[in-house]
Amino acid sequence: MRGQKKLGRGVAVVGAGMSKFGMFADKDSKYLVAEAFLEMLSTVDKGIDPNDIDALYLGNFTNDFFVHQGHWGPIISDLLGLTPKPATRTEGACASSALALREGVLAIASGFYDVVLVGGVEEMSKRSTEEVTEGLAMAASPYEVKAGFTFPGVFGAMATAYFARYGANREHLMNVTIKSHNNARLNPKAQFSVSIRDIMNQRIEKARSKGEPSPAWRDEKEFLGDLRANPVVAWPVHLYDCCPISDGASCVLLAAEEMARDFTDNPLHVVGIGQGSGKGLHAAEDLTCFEATRYAAKEAYELSGLKPEDIQIAEVHDCFSIAEILHTEDLGFFKPGEGYKAVEEGLTRLDGPKPINTSGGLKCKGHPVGATGTGQLVEIWKQLRGEAGERQVPIKDLRVGAAHNLGGTGGTCTYTILERR
Amino acid sequence: MGGRPYNDISYERFLSEDKLMGTRCQKCGSLFLPPRPICTKCYGSEMEWAEMKGKGRLAAFTCIAIGPPFMIKEGYDRKHPYVCGVVELEEGVRVVARIEGVDGTKPETIEIGTPLKAEFLHTGEGEASTTFLAFRPS
Repeated sequence: MRGQKKLGRGVAVVGAGMSKFGMFADKDSKYLVAEAFLEMLSTVDKGIDPNDIDALYLGNFTNDFFVHQGHWGPIISDLLGLTPKPATRTEGACASSALALREGVLAIASGFYDVVLVGGVEEMSKRSTEEVTEGLAMAASPYEVKAGFTFPGVFGAMATAYFARYGANREHLMNVTIKSHNNARLNPKAQFSVSIRDIMNQRIEKARSKGEPSPAWRDEKEFLGDLRANPVVAWPVHLYDCCPISDGASCVLLAAEEMARDFTDNPLHVVGIGQGSGKGLHAAEDLTCFEATRYAAKEAYELSGLKPEDIQIAEVHDCFSIAEILHTEDLGFFKPGEGYKAVEEGLTRLDGPKPINTSGGLKCKGHPVGATGTGQLVEIWKQLRGEAGERQVPIKDLRVGAAHNLGGTGGTCTYTILERR
Repeated sequence: MGGRPYNDISYERFLSEDKLMGTRCQKCGSLFLPPRPICTKCYGSEMEWAEMKGKGRLAAFTCIAIGPPFMIKEGYDRKHPYVCGVVELEEGVRVVARIEGVDGTKPETIEIGTPLKAEFLHTGEGEASTTFLAFRPS
C-alpha cells in the first residue's frame, strides 16, 4: 500500500561508487570524482555506456571559497566525457549531493531523462582549519555566527538542552563514538578505520616506547573522558564527538525503473524521498529536534507508504555524536528522549536490530561535505545488495535501507528510502 | 524610531543603542526577535517595533574552546573558553547570545533555567564598531 503522493514513474539506483575519504595533499576534486565514477561503473552489473547518461547533477558546497572555482557542473561533465549533456551543480551545504539525488530522481520521474548521474565532491583539507571553519560557517544562521557560535557549538547547545530535558549525559555521546569507530574499523574507505580501543592502545604503546608514564585508561570511556586525549571543542562536544575535515567524492547512477534491469538484476528502488527546510536555533520551537528532518521524513514515509519500523538500516547525518541521537528520534526509529538509551542498549550496533551508520558515519568515514549525501547511499547500496563485506549486517531478508542528510545547522534536511525487491 | 526598516541593519543599530528590539505584527500581535519584515503567522505586512525587557532564562548553552577568528582576537582559546547560549525571554521569544558571568571552564556549574539579564558589549571603533548581545545571571 503506497502513500497518496506518487512519482510520475519509478526510479532505481543501478550503480554506486565512492572515492576513499580522507585528507589528500595530492588528490584534487577532479581526481576524487574520477575515482568515485570508476568505482560506480564497475558496480553496474550489466555495464553502462557513459554515452547513455542523459544528465549530471553534482553537489558541492565550498569550492567557490576553497578552490576559487564555483562552476563545477561543466568541469566535472568534461572530466567524465559527458559534455555536451546538461550538468547542474546543487548547493545545500552538507546536504548538497542529497539535493543532486533528489533533482535526478525528479527529472527521471517526470519522464524528461532516463539515465542520470548524481554525486558530490568536496576538497577541504588543503586549507587551514580556520579557513575551513570560516567556509563552513557560511552555512550557519548569521545570528548564531555573530553570537560566537561555531558548528560544534550549535550542536553542543542542543546537547545541553537534550541532557536537561531527558537526563542523558556525556557518557551517552561516547557510546555513539565507540560504535561508529567499531563500524569504521571494518570499512576500508573510511578516513578512520580504527576502533577507539585501538587508538587507546596505540597511545599507551607509544608512551611506553618513549619511556613516558603509561596512561592508566582501563577502557574506552576512560580514554574518552580524559581531556588530554579528548579535549573540549564546544562543551559538551569533545574532539571525538566531531566529524573530521575530509576530501572525497561519491556518485550513484539512476535509471527509470522500467529500464533498470537493462543494467542490473539487483537494482534498488527509490521508494521514498523527502526534503525539509529549518530555522535558526533561536527560532526553533524545540531545541531537541530538527523540524526539517521531521518534515523530510514525513514526505518520504508518505511517498513510500513505509513506517519507521520498516526501515531496516540507516545512515544518518552524525556530524556530531549528539546529532545521530537526535536524528534517530526525528526519523521515528525511537521516541523523543529514547535515542540515547537505544545506543546504550546496543540497538543501533552493526549486529543490533536497527543498525545505524554501518559505514562508520560522518564521524569516522569522513565528511567531505558535498560528497556525503550520495556517499551514504553507497553504503546502503552495498548493505542491501549484501556486498558490505566484513561489516555486512546480519539481518535476514534485508530489503529496506534509508539515508538522512543534513545541511547547515538543520537548514536543509533530506531523507531517502531505498528498497530491494 | 518607527521609520527604521524592519531588518537586521536596524536590529544591530538598536543593539548599539543598548536596546533589544523585535517586531510585532499590528494585525495579529505575533512577536518576532530578531525583527522580521513580514508576519509569518498571518502574513500581515504592518509591523511595529517592540522593545524587549531583556530578562529571560537560559534554555541551552555551550562552552566554546575553538572559536572563530573574531573571538580568538578577543583572547578566547582552549584554556579560556567562552559561553554562548539560547535565552528564552519573558516575552516568549528566544534569542542567541553570549553568556557572561559564568565559568566556561566549569560547564557543570552552568544550569539550564538560570535567570538572566541582557547587556550590550560594545567593541571596536568607527566603522569597525559593533555591539554584541550578551546575558548574565541576574
